[in-house]
Amino acid sequence: MKATDVSNPDYFHKVVDCQWACPAHTPVPEYIRLIAHGRHADAYMINWKSNVFPGILGRTCDRPCEPACRRGRVEKDPVAICRLKRVAADNKGDIAARLPQGPFPKNGKRVACIGAGPASLTVARDLTPLGYEVVVFDGDARAGGMIRSQIPKFRLPESVIDEEVGYIVDLGVETRLGNHVSSLKSVLAEGFDAVFVGCGAPRGRDLDVPGRKEAAANIHIGIDWLASVSFGHVEKIGRRVVVLGGGNTAMDCCRTARRLGGEDVKVIVRSGFEEMKASPWEKEDAMAEGIPIMNFLVPKSFTHEGGRLTGVVFEKVAPKFDDKGRRSLVPTGEPDLHVPCDDVLVAIGQENAFPWIERDAGVEFDRWGLPVLGEKTFQSTNPKVFFGGDAAFGPKNIIWAVAHGHEAAISIDCFLRGEDVAVRPPPMTTLVSQKMGIHEWAYDNDISNELRQKVPHAAPDIALRDIKVEVELGFDQKLAWAEAQRCLNCDVQTVFTPKLCIECDACVDICPMDCITFTENGEEEELRGRLMAPALNLAQDLYVAEGLKTGRAMIKDEDVCLHCGLCAERCPTGAWDMRKFYLEMTQAGQGCRTR
Amino acid sequence: MTYIAKPKLHHPSLPTNRLGYTRRDYEGSVSTLCAGCGHDSISAAIIQSCFELSLPPHRIAKLSGIGCSSKTPTYFLGNSHGFNSVHGRMPSVLTGANLANRDLIYMGVSGDGDSASIGLGQFAHSIRRGVNMVYIVMNNGVYGLTKGQFSATADKGSKSKRGVVNSDEPIDLVGMALQLGATFVARSFSGDKQQLVPLIKAAILHKGAAFIDCISPCVAFNNHAGSTKSFDYVREHNEALNRLDVIPERQTIEVDYEPGSIEEVVQHDGSVLRLNKLAPEYDPHDRIAALTHLQERHAEGEVVTGLLYLDPTPRDLHDHLATVEKPLNALDEAELCPGQEILQRFNAQHR
Repeated sequence: MKATDVSNPDYFHKVVDCQWACPAHTPVPEYIRLIAHGRHADAYMINWKSNVFPGILGRTCDRPCEPACRRGRVEKDPVAICRLKRVAADNKGDIAARLPQGPFPKNGKRVACIGAGPASLTVARDLTPLGYEVVVFDGDARAGGMIRSQIPKFRLPESVIDEEVGYIVDLGVETRLGNHVSSLKSVLAEGFDAVFVGCGAPRGRDLDVPGRKEAAANIHIGIDWLASVSFGHVEKIGRRVVVLGGGNTAMDCCRTARRLGGEDVKVIVRSGFEEMKASPWEKEDAMAEGIPIMNFLVPKSFTHEGGRLTGVVFEKVAPKFDDKGRRSLVPTGEPDLHVPCDDVLVAIGQENAFPWIERDAGVEFDRWGLPVLGEKTFQSTNPKVFFGGDAAFGPKNIIWAVAHGHEAAISIDCFLRGEDVAVRPPPMTTLVSQKMGIHEWAYDNDISNELRQKVPHAAPDIALRDIKVEVELGFDQKLAWAEAQRCLNCDVQTVFTPKLCIECDACVDICPMDCITFTENGEEEELRGRLMAPALNLAQDLYVAEGLKTGRAMIKDEDVCLHCGLCAERCPTGAWDMRKFYLEMTQAGQGCRTR
Repeated sequence: MTYIAKPKLHHPSLPTNRLGYTRRDYEGSVSTLCAGCGHDSISAAIIQSCFELSLPPHRIAKLSGIGCSSKTPTYFLGNSHGFNSVHGRMPSVLTGANLANRDLIYMGVSGDGDSASIGLGQFAHSIRRGVNMVYIVMNNGVYGLTKGQFSATADKGSKSKRGVVNSDEPIDLVGMALQLGATFVARSFSGDKQQLVPLIKAAILHKGAAFIDCISPCVAFNNHAGSTKSFDYVREHNEALNRLDVIPERQTIEVDYEPGSIEEVVQHDGSVLRLNKLAPEYDPHDRIAALTHLQERHAEGEVVTGLLYLDPTPRDLHDHLATVEKPLNALDEAELCPGQEILQRFNAQHR
């Protein structure tokens, strides 16, 4: 194998699994250390800069970082990264003075953001301090988009949304709320230099089976119903409720129904339990509230009597796999199941809809109805129009919307300066030794044996009584510290300098995870077989260094390294050093242009 | 020295041995020796050997004297018996322990100071008595704990870190062990675990006095140019005679080797030592030839390593003394007090 080039920012970035997996590439280990030190405001600011909505995401993020967490490979469960983020948000105190302080000198360029959801707000936050005049349009009366309309208040209190949306609006963003934008051309005609479309995927998919029209009064589209609940238009639901669908929206629907009078609430899903799209923790929370999840049932028809819904008929199916491992659902032949109910919530997916974009506005759409975009630039075929969030590549989640917003903001800034939007700025990185003494490091290298801490919940009888009572109480500072100590500091990298190595084997002997092998170099596949302990996960790279006296190569398998620094502590010559790798994504603005 | 304990987490696919233990279960507490010390590598090799042989840790006794090397038993086999004796007196304590309980595996760990200076007589007598043990000398040629004076094994002409040239003749522990009748004699290097681990395993399986001289560079005081016990010097002058494979009897042998280059030695317990000869003319069963070869190569400045001598049918101290089969703590009252009649017969023998 070729010797590893550690100066390529991707190499060490990939070692920090959580940061690599995060769409916004938030420097997770850095803020977790700050939380452990009680520096919540500093931890919050790292998050705010990177993901814009730390308090909101600390409660609702889809957490792509956690399945990636190295702790999950060396122990049982990953670090509770998401809930630690919330700890920073809950305990930060007043950070108003640390935010960019307006008014900002104007550069004369105007940008319209359609939709006041996370993608648009990110664009507004990134561009406003640069002097752009940003105007955010939304049909709802208050900014926040799906964060405000679809996420139930028992998961995300309104005050958190108000605070974090407020930080952005207060930068001097103009908001035009309560009026649906009905024409892209008219927005363009207002003289905006660029338009960012962040209007989400606003249409809930319907279920067109017999009885749908007749029983329409008691059949509701999930996201619309959640929005009605959120804005106080709906306050009650029938005693027996069936929720159709297996995603996170279905979980929000069923738990909301439990709080609005639904006593017998069931979630009924076509697929099996494991394949459901909902996050495992959301399924657990729903089941903990006494909501059964029934699988392999395909809705066939709605039953009704005198214009009133009486139930849903389901066909029983079973999974069948063909030779290529593709799954299909085949009827088992058993008699159909009739589930009596008073109301049905349909949460079987969302679709993009752009009825307000005129077909001759210069924006091309593909055959799935999604805009044709530059993959990294988010620029549409009309160079003035950019997309992001669910509106860009179909329904995802908040953190993806934020990541899209940052990228789109870079594109808009480049575009309006007459630069090439295809040239993307590299990330900013630093690599600094953590050595303070012979065996003292600037980070806590002792590995905690604690298992993942559970987040305390409000008592179910209290939580189910009021839709505004937040269920998760968040970690207190003691639990937060214990959880933060579980972080393996994967950003503190093991850096090897071959010319200092005397091949004494001290690092090989001390490494608790058998990561290090000195052996003849070879092709990757064959070489992996010769390592001290071959990795189970091949996604992490091998760190290969050459130039040793015996002609062998140093091979370090990054997969399960604990970053405990013992290799560097036991190294007599300093050939191993622990260096903190800090990677910050470049955002729109000066940093972008000085490169 | 390292302040933190070695993390308990281990590789998710760490193998287990026949007893269900992982290699990590054979470790001791974290080493307090200087970073990079060769002794730590030897400790790691001992851990690996005991793991591979599936030895029950509570059936091993590790004994040592004083010195850097004699500290190491703390850093391996944390669940075994240990005795840290007076300087140079490990061989006597080991001999006594072995006489009292012949069922344990005895591992004597010593250094060049502990065995070639203050304990030279003790070393000599334990070897010539044929005590069933593994006697490992971690040989670095200097007194590390007192900041690097030459020890008795330092080669004549080798240079200290301060630049002083050694004028005394070295004691060659391997040569002495051969002369004194050790039935298993080997030399190895802490920087070559592939050679060292099988030698330690073979020595453990050997029922007799097994002696291993292991060159172990002192990174603090004896790893400079001009030293003959540095990593660089030993790597350049290492003349390995053979490579060893140790095959416990329960395993089947199915590897093909070139004829003539392999010699298999079956030990009394049925285990097989397979010698892959790197120097085909060298006969590891000829004690006199071994001595000659060693001295010739030493005169050339070479360091001969590998299995130097093996007697596959050793007799140990218990055989010589015709002692009772059982360990003393397992003898019951009837065996210890056989009665008046036997006593009279015994006394009659001595009249």
